[in-house]
Amino acid sequence: MLNAIWETEGLQTVGIVVLVFASIKLLHLLGLISFSEDSVEDELELSAVRHRPEGLEQLEAQTRFSRKELQILYRGFKNECPSGVVNEDTFKDIYSQFFPQGDASTYAHFLFNAFDTDHNGSVSFEDFVMGLSILLRGTVQEKLNWAFNLYDINKDGYITKEEMLDIMKAIYDMMGKCTYPVLKEETPRQHVEVFFQKMDKNKDGVVTIDEFIDCCQNDENIMRSMHLFENVL
Amino acid sequence: MAAGVAAWLPFARAAAIGWMPVANLPMPVAPAEKNKRQDELIVLNVSGRRFQTWRNTLDRYPDTLLGSSEKEFFYNEETKEYFFDRDPDVFRSVLNFYRTGKLHYPRYECISSYDEELAFFGIVPEIIGDCCYEEYKDRKRENAERLMDDQEDNKDAKLPNMTFRETMWRAFENPHTSTMALVFYYVTGFFIAVSVITNVVETVPCGSVPNQKEVPCGERYTVAFFCMDTACVMIFTVEYLMRLFAAPSRYRFMRSVMSIIDVVAILPYYIGLVMTDNEDVSGAFVTLRVFRVFRIFKFSRHSQGLRILGYTLKSCASELGFLLFSLTMAIIIFATVMFYAEKGSSSSKFTSIPASFWYTIVTMTTLGYGDMVPKTIAGKIFGSICSLSGVLVIALPVPVIVSNFSRIYHQNQRADKRRAQKKARLARIRISKTGSSSAFLHSKRNGLFNEALELTGSTEDEKRLSKSTSLLESQHHHLLHCLEKTTVSAHTLELALCHNNILNHEFVDEQYYQQSYLEGGLQNYPSRSPSLSSQDGVTGTCCTRRTKKHHTPLPNASAPAHMQPLTHTHTHPQGLQELSTIHIQPLSTSRSSLNMRVDEPAPLNCQSSQITTAIISIPTPPVTTPEGDAHLPAGPTHQNVVKVSAL
Repeated sequence: MLNAIWETEGLQTVGIVVLVFASIKLLHLLGLISFSEDSVEDELELSAVRHRPEGLEQLEAQTRFSRKELQILYRGFKNECPSGVVNEDTFKDIYSQFFPQGDASTYAHFLFNAFDTDHNGSVSFEDFVMGLSILLRGTVQEKLNWAFNLYDINKDGYITKEEMLDIMKAIYDMMGKCTYPVLKEETPRQHVEVFFQKMDKNKDGVVTIDEFIDCCQNDENIMRSMHLFENVL
Repeated sequence: MAAGVAAWLPFARAAAIGWMPVANLPMPVAPAEKNKRQDELIVLNVSGRRFQTWRNTLDRYPDTLLGSSEKEFFYNEETKEYFFDRDPDVFRSVLNFYRTGKLHYPRYECISSYDEELAFFGIVPEIIGDCCYEEYKDRKRENAERLMDDQEDNKDAKLPNMTFRETMWRAFENPHTSTMALVFYYVTGFFIAVSVITNVVETVPCGSVPNQKEVPCGERYTVAFFCMDTACVMIFTVEYLMRLFAAPSRYRFMRSVMSIIDVVAILPYYIGLVMTDNEDVSGAFVTLRVFRVFRIFKFSRHSQGLRILGYTLKSCASELGFLLFSLTMAIIIFATVMFYAEKGSSSSKFTSIPASFWYTIVTMTTLGYGDMVPKTIAGKIFGSICSLSGVLVIALPVPVIVSNFSRIYHQNQRADKRRAQKKARLARIRISKTGSSSAFLHSKRNGLFNEALELTGSTEDEKRLSKSTSLLESQHHHLLHCLEKTTVSAHTLELALCHNNILNHEFVDEQYYQQSYLEGGLQNYPSRSPSLSSQDGVTGTCCTRRTKKHHTPLPNASAPAHMQPLTHTHTHPQGLQELSTIHIQPLSTSRSSLNMRVDEPAPLNCQSSQITTAIISIPTPPVTTPEGDAHLPAGPTHQNVVKVSAL
């Protein structure tokens, strides 16, 4: 008898508890009450970064491009990046489109760091144009300097074997899998060895800027290829 | 490579300097930039609206019209721009494609005009951007369905040689094709109704024998009902067998839903016939009678609405399944809860969980019979939650089913309306077509005038005529005329020599064609000419009905034409064709009234009222006689050809 009463009482309690919880959930859903601060939606929108380059005259003075060339460059730049700056993802995306067979993202990362001279995470038009000015209109010395900067990932003035290996792997990645002959695992490593043998004069395991420039200036192939892209723009 | 990043190629090439110190081998030579010109603006004039863009922008997609040298065909030297005579609004989207690399489909644009423009500019529609692609595909599918509907209607057209079986099948499927089919349709419908009503009335209690309880009518008038049932089943059986016979694919027919319904409708009767004497199974026999109600489904052949309903349910099978599943879940949950809630209360109707199912179903569908009512507070709470949730669960899938039904129904309505309008449309199209062909025949006459006038150099008539036809029309008519002249039939050549009749094929109107076809062709002319003298002219009668046609007497080559009452001739001294027109048609208001000297036609025995004749006679050298003698020397130049054509 008592059991029966308790049963009904128990069930009644259960019923009431369920009802209360359901109503609380309903109010929460309607947004009238909130439990914790995390659930508040982040109203802050990612403010669009906008950047306008310096005037055309200044850029003309700073770089070795003519007015028309700067115009053409800017139009292409703005078409792809309407906000005026390139962030790393867009950069990788654009660069990858030129190398459909392989994975160009690692190399693009290094390239991005090379262009982003002030290391603020985005490449503005000035950075872009400065970089291009060196690459297309600079002296051989400047170009080699730029290349060294590219290889020196941590910008400490020395190229170590590990850094070179990273760069080499990134370059080989761009080739993709479908190559002939098939790329083997140790190919980048071997390539690095060859490079260090050539460049590292004092065999201390690192390549300094002077070693690099010296060695490159003595190599005919490299000298000739430096002038390869002069008519690009 | 995406053309949008073509602008970044210089950058990529410059960055390649980063590989140089690492490379072991010498680099290949860079391609020479021959003919490197500065980027220039080009002007695209599309129907008057000028668009300007860089040349490089267009060069991004070299396999389209604007990106290739194909656009040079549209270059206008004087204005130094490219002119396209196309829709400027759609061109906007096309040009934006070059600029941004993405092709967009504007919603307000008609799908077929958009497709045409894309085809013209050599752009494949598959590259429409994701934002607009779905809309484009939907519209295209809709359009294709509509066209398919129209084409399907054409299939109903009666094929000239259909076997009896095919005719029967067609009659069954489309009752409107013949009267017999319609009669059959209504008769079967009537008998279905009779059968259903019989089944219903059978169970109504009729007046009773006073000392007995009420008996249903079925038991009172057994024989009558049995006869009625037999008659209906006979009709249904015959119908089924006929359909089976006429079906193009018997196996497929037997598997179709309608035939299964037919079989189920008539089977109980036959089973009952077989089993009447066996008392044990009579119970089962009674159950079988339930299946007789399926006869009502036979009405779905007669009602399109029923078919649509059935089709909707079939297409919403997933929604219905979802509805059923969620309901089942809810029923089980609530039944369990209610059972345990009401367990304590005395004299509770909720004796078991399955017993509670009934309560839950009745509550969730908001029926609320009241035969089972919770008495405890918990039970009441859960009961109210149950009814609220029931409303929600049922209300959710129903709109989907409703919208499906509505869409299919409206599609059907539209198809029917289009079919009805189609007849009127076809009639209008036919009228305009005959208009244009009669225009040709009409102006052929005038064309003859034109040529004659050009030859004789009379200017005033020329002015009158030239107003009527545009250059395009007159060129078209000349073309058709040339075709006529080309199709010389050797057979008619000989006959024509005999009878001075039609020499070549001609375009004629339908009426005349029918007549001459009935008469056995243009070529069987009664030969009356030999008896005629030359003064009467050559009576090249083209048909027996046409009498009193006078033809030009044979003119001497040198003599000027002299007039017959009904003829008007121009003679040309150089031996070209002479043209004459006989205007006979009393009702015609055509321009042959320009022919001043034509009297109103002599009474014509010819029953066709639309015949105007043009007579072309070729002046012959004086040697030959125009008599309709046979065996004239060969060669069309030696004949006096009288050609009669009906216009």
